[in-house]
Order: sequence, then structure tokens, then C-alpha cells
Amino acid sequence: MQQPIEKFYYDNKIVKAFAYATMLWGIVGMLVGVMAAFQLAYPALNFNFAPTTFGRIRPVHTNAVIFAFVGNGIFMGVYYSLQRLLKTRMFNDRLSWVHFWGWQSIIVAAAVTLLMGYTTGKEYAELEWPIDIAITLVWVVFGVNMFGTIIKRRERHLYVAIWFFIGTWVTVALLHIVNSFELPISFMKSYSWYAGVQDALVQWWYGHNAVAFFLTTPYLGLMYYFVPKAANRPVYSYRWSIIHFWALIFIYIWAGPHHLLYTALPDWAQSLGTVFSIMLILPSWGGMLNGLMTLRGAWDKVREEPVLKFFVVAITCYGMSTFEGPMLSLKSVNAIGHYTDWIVAHVHVGALGWNGFLTFGVLYWLIPRIFQTPLYSKKMATTHFWIGTLGIILYAIPMYWAGFTQALMWKEFTADGNLKYQFLQTSTNIIPMYILRGVGGTLYLFGALMMVYNIIKTVKKGSLLANEAAEAPALEKVFKSDVKLHWHSAIERRPLRMLLFSLIVVGIGGAIELIPTFLIKSNIPTITSVKPYTPLELQGRDIYIREGCYTCHSQMVRPFRDEVARYGEYSKAGEFVYDHPFQWGSKRTGPDLAREGGKNPNSWHYNHMDNPTIMSPGSIMPRYSWLLDNDLDTSTTPAKIRAMQTLGVPYEKGYDQLANTDLMAQAKTITENLKTDKIKTAPNKEIIAVIAYLQRLGKDIKGEQKTAAVQ
Amino acid sequence: MKFVNYLKDITGVTIYPLISLFIFVVFFLGVTWYVYKTPKDILQKKGHIPLD
Repeated sequence: MQQPIEKFYYDNKIVKAFAYATMLWGIVGMLVGVMAAFQLAYPALNFNFAPTTFGRIRPVHTNAVIFAFVGNGIFMGVYYSLQRLLKTRMFNDRLSWVHFWGWQSIIVAAAVTLLMGYTTGKEYAELEWPIDIAITLVWVVFGVNMFGTIIKRRERHLYVAIWFFIGTWVTVALLHIVNSFELPISFMKSYSWYAGVQDALVQWWYGHNAVAFFLTTPYLGLMYYFVPKAANRPVYSYRWSIIHFWALIFIYIWAGPHHLLYTALPDWAQSLGTVFSIMLILPSWGGMLNGLMTLRGAWDKVREEPVLKFFVVAITCYGMSTFEGPMLSLKSVNAIGHYTDWIVAHVHVGALGWNGFLTFGVLYWLIPRIFQTPLYSKKMATTHFWIGTLGIILYAIPMYWAGFTQALMWKEFTADGNLKYQFLQTSTNIIPMYILRGVGGTLYLFGALMMVYNIIKTVKKGSLLANEAAEAPALEKVFKSDVKLHWHSAIERRPLRMLLFSLIVVGIGGAIELIPTFLIKSNIPTITSVKPYTPLELQGRDIYIREGCYTCHSQMVRPFRDEVARYGEYSKAGEFVYDHPFQWGSKRTGPDLAREGGKNPNSWHYNHMDNPTIMSPGSIMPRYSWLLDNDLDTSTTPAKIRAMQTLGVPYEKGYDQLANTDLMAQAKTITENLKTDKIKTAPNKEIIAVIAYLQRLGKDIKGEQKTAAVQ
Repeated sequence: MKFVNYLKDITGVTIYPLISLFIFVVFFLGVTWYVYKTPKDILQKKGHIPLD
């Protein structure tokens, strides 16, 4: 029996708010990115000021573009498409606005705290525990609003885009909670619950899946909605889209360990990561082809319509990055690409091409519709498209070039069997590439600004249709199908079941990947010479984390001839058992520091931190001269020691009360030593703690080797 | 000493990757079987939802 037709209104106001936020944070994130890019070519742009230094603004850039720009882009697209796909208004307007303002407040808090140096030191999860809790709460609000909308829907079947939204919601929740286990020691400071190898595995399980479930699956949902809308034809194959969804969310979750190839991570986990990464090509390319083929018979429109142009390049870039990703997961390719600018090129093809261009396309499509007026200038949008494309090319090619150059130079030996290049030579050699990349980024930013102008003009010309009227019959209470349905149809109709199945699917991968590593916690290979950090070193380590040193320096020597020759003995899992959080890093803009201890005298570090070019002429490292002036806050030492004890670091009982005495004694030894090199400083300066930490790195293993040699 | 040597202490750790692969293959075949069994007109109807 046909149900009565109901009249209702789509909420466009919230879509508008998220669209504006997407543009605002997009510009901010890109601007910070351009600044960071030029800092690598012109270190003076760090301004010798802590909040504007690369180590702090790089996380601001990554967090801004991922969680602020793409995040708001997701919400914009979800709030627009979900209402229409389900033929209902959002569940609750108030929740929509709590979600909106909650997310914007988190972004502001994130930007401010990251610039102030509050960071967990885990890439893409840098935000400290109070913000982590806020994210969880806002995410729950989003979830309640989304599921509420699904429940009060007027369309029985959940279109595939919604599956991607559900998969995204549940997996991001899981990833965020598991990776954010941390022990707070004060407001805005915590230690990761995990240490060393476990921390690395959890972090890259998270990091990889942040790419998968924040940058990919929700945007695939948008692709499955907005590409058919813009092309005015249904998705090429709904069959493929079902396989695409399940295969993608199933496989993605396993692939995290490919970020840790050749590290101290167990071999089986590395192999697992590689196998599943290769398998990822299938669903990814299936999805890409499905997106592109949706335009079959509409390619003439692509010539005319900038929105479709953006979509075509976005989907093509998705295809390129999802081919390149699995290739980089092959151990032999990874041996070359990892730690180099190749990875930076790879992620930016995804970020600028896939996420950026899809967002631009959606904005150009959606704003004229909710403002009931044609776009102010199609020509300008087309120009934006070409400038943006040129920007991506100018960004990516120099970075690929830089990446290959780095890898080749790092690995080159002379005929005598010595390393041919100093690390510094490999950095200075690629500075022209860094400049070109900055130019590419600037072009891309310029294109985005053109879009903002175009949209402001469009908005001024039109008027917002805040509540868009629509009609649809109510859903029958008891579902009766005309045809025999398959079991999957039952899942597709029931959102909570869909959520549960998605959770099971990602849970299997996550559990199998993580459990064995946790099982061995009791068997962790204790290297007897590896001891907990002294209180001064621990404080120094926290400053190292605060300044974001990990954004340019790794602490993981891989078992390659060149790395062992350059840095020393390759890293072992047992060396990191007291590292909360791990600091293996993912990029070597500067050299690896895993064996830094004892390589250079204290005075070298002192001068180098004050101005790196004094000790290494041509260095692109920023100055950290405030470390020479800042007093070390020792009031936190007892709490830090106690936190470490809670996490299983074997400091003696009651050591928290003695720690500062030991700290001062060690600090005095270092200042005395500096005095012999005519450097006068007080023992309570931050630089002393940093020197203590740097001098400790890799020392334990060196000690063990000496003992072994004597025996 | 390589980390993997310590992992050997866990009974049957190698079963993990095998289980993973098995679960995936079964799952993938199941989904594929389902979509190719579903009548085309149903899928077409579902694919049209954004345009309705």
C-alpha cells in the first residue's frame, strides 16, 4: 500500500556552514604548507621563533589539511548528500550545530596548542589528551546525528555512499580510541600507553588508516554521490561499488605495517602489510574505474563543465596514488622510497589531487544549488582547474626528483667502499627542488583563492535556500519486498547491522595485526644494557618531542649497508622498550639520530642548536636558540617518573622524589664539560636536557658491543 | 638478535597471516558471489537513488 506523501525540508544552512569552514581551513592549511615548503629552502623563514619553526608548523599543516579542510569537506558532503539520499532532514538541527561548532573549536584548539608545542609526538595524532576527548565527543555527536537521520529515513535502501559514511564513522572511532591511549601527567601533557615497537605498530595502523578512513572512504562516498549527480547518470556499476566497499574496508585495515618495512617490526607483520597493500590495488582501481566510467557518454560535458574536470583529475589522482602506494609497499621499492621526498610527492598527489580537487568540484557544484544561482564565473573555475593542475605537477615532479636523488646519494659508495656523500650534501643538493615545490604549492593556493573569490561572488549574487522543500512517501513500517532478496539486502537496509558488520570487518584486520605484538609484551627482547632514561634525558626527550624534531629526523637505522656505514649498528626492537612514545620518524630531511650519542661533543650540540650553520655550513635546519635561554621546568619531573613507572619503566620505588637531585647532578656535569670548551651556561637551561638526551641516543647498544668485545 | 626470534616463542604465531588470508579470500568470494547473483534490475534501481 502506498504511504501518504510527506512534505519536509532539507537543511542547507548547515551545509553552507561546513562549506565555508572547508574553504577557510583549506586556505589556512595550504598557506601553512607553502610556508613550511619554503622554510626547507630558506631556513631564515623559521624566524628563530618557536611557534613559527618547521617542527611545529608541519603538524599544523598536516592537521589543518586533513582534519580541518578535508574534515569539513566530508561533513559538508555528508550533510548535503545524506539528507537527499534518505529523503529526510537531518535528525536534529541542534546536534548538527553542536557538531559544527565543536569541530571548529577543536581545530582552533589544535592550531593554538600545536604552535605552543603541545604534542604527543605521534604523526597525525599529535593532539593532546583533552583535545582527543573533545574529538571523541564531537565524533559521537556526528554519529548520533547521522544514525538518527538514517533511522528516520524515507528511502528503504541505503545507497552505497552511505555505507562508506558508516564505515568511516565506525573505523575512525576505533582508530582514534585505540591510538589515543595515553597517560596524562598534566593538563596538555601525556605519555603514550604503548612503547617502542608496539607504539610504532599501533601508530602506523592508525596513521595508515587515517589515510584510508578519513581521506579515502568518506571521499569515495562523496564520489559515489556527486559524480553521478554532476554527470546526471547513475554510477557505472552498482555491483562493483558493493565489492569496492567491502573489499576496501576489509583490506585497508591490514596494510599499516607497510610504513615500517625494514624497521625493527617483526618480519611476519611486515609481510602481512605488504601482501594486503598489493591486494589493495584491486578494490581501489575497481572504484576508480567505476568513478571514471560513470562519465561514459558524458565526456563531452567534461569539456564544458569545470566541476567534471575537477572530478576526472581527482579520480585519476586517486588511481595514481593507489597504484603507487602498493608499489611503495614492496620491500625493494620501499628501501629506496622510505624516508625520502618520494613519500611527500606520493601523499600530495593524493591530497592535492584526490581530496583537494574532489572538494573543489563539490563546492563548485553545491554552492550554486543551495544559493539558487549559477556560478559567478565558469571561466574562472576552469582557470582554477588549470592552475591547480599545474600546481600539482610542479609540486609532484620536483619531489619525485628530490626523492630519487636523495635515495641514490644516500646509497652511493666510492670505489674504496666509503660513503660518497655526507648527509648535508644530499640535503643542499635538492634545495632547488624544494623551491620548485614551493612554487607549485603557491600556484595551487592561488587557484584555491580564485575559487574563494568566485564563490563569494556567487553567494552575493544568490540567496540561500536555507530550508529546501521536498516530498516523499513515508517508509512502510513493515518491509515487504516484491522480489526474493538476498541476505546482503538485509544488511543494506539496516544501518546498525551495517555498522556492526563494518566494525567486525575492520576489527578482524586490526586484531590480527595488533594482537601478536601485544602478546609478546612479556617476552620483549630485553637488551640488558638498555636502561631507562635518566630524569634529565627524559626531560630532554620531551623537549625533542615538543619541538617536533621527529618531523625531520628518524631514529631507526635500517639494516642496509649504507645506513649502517653512515649511522652505525642497525636498530633493534629491544632498544625502544622505554620509549613512550616511539620516535622512529618517517622522513629524513635531516640525518637519522638513532646513534647520535657520543658522535659529537656537547659543545657541538650547544652551538648547533643555537645556529646550525655555524657547525654545518649550508644546513637547512632551523635555529633553536630559545633552548639556550629557556629554563627547564623541573617541577614536572616527579610526575613524569611516576607516569613512566605506571607504564612499566623500572625506576626504583620512590625514585620520583630523588629524580631532580640526579637531574641537577647530570646537568652540572654537562655544564662543566661545556665550560672546558669555553661555553658558559647554567645547568637549569633546556639546552642541557636536550644535549643529555641526544648524547644518550644509541649509547646503550654501543655499551653492549664494547662489553661483548672485551669478553 | 632479530625480533622475529622472540616471536617464535608464541605457539603457532605463523597461523595469523594464514588465517588472515583465508578469512579475506572467503569473504571476498562471498561478496562477489552475492553481487553477481543479485538481479540486474534491483542493482540498477539502487544505483539510481541519487538521481531520483
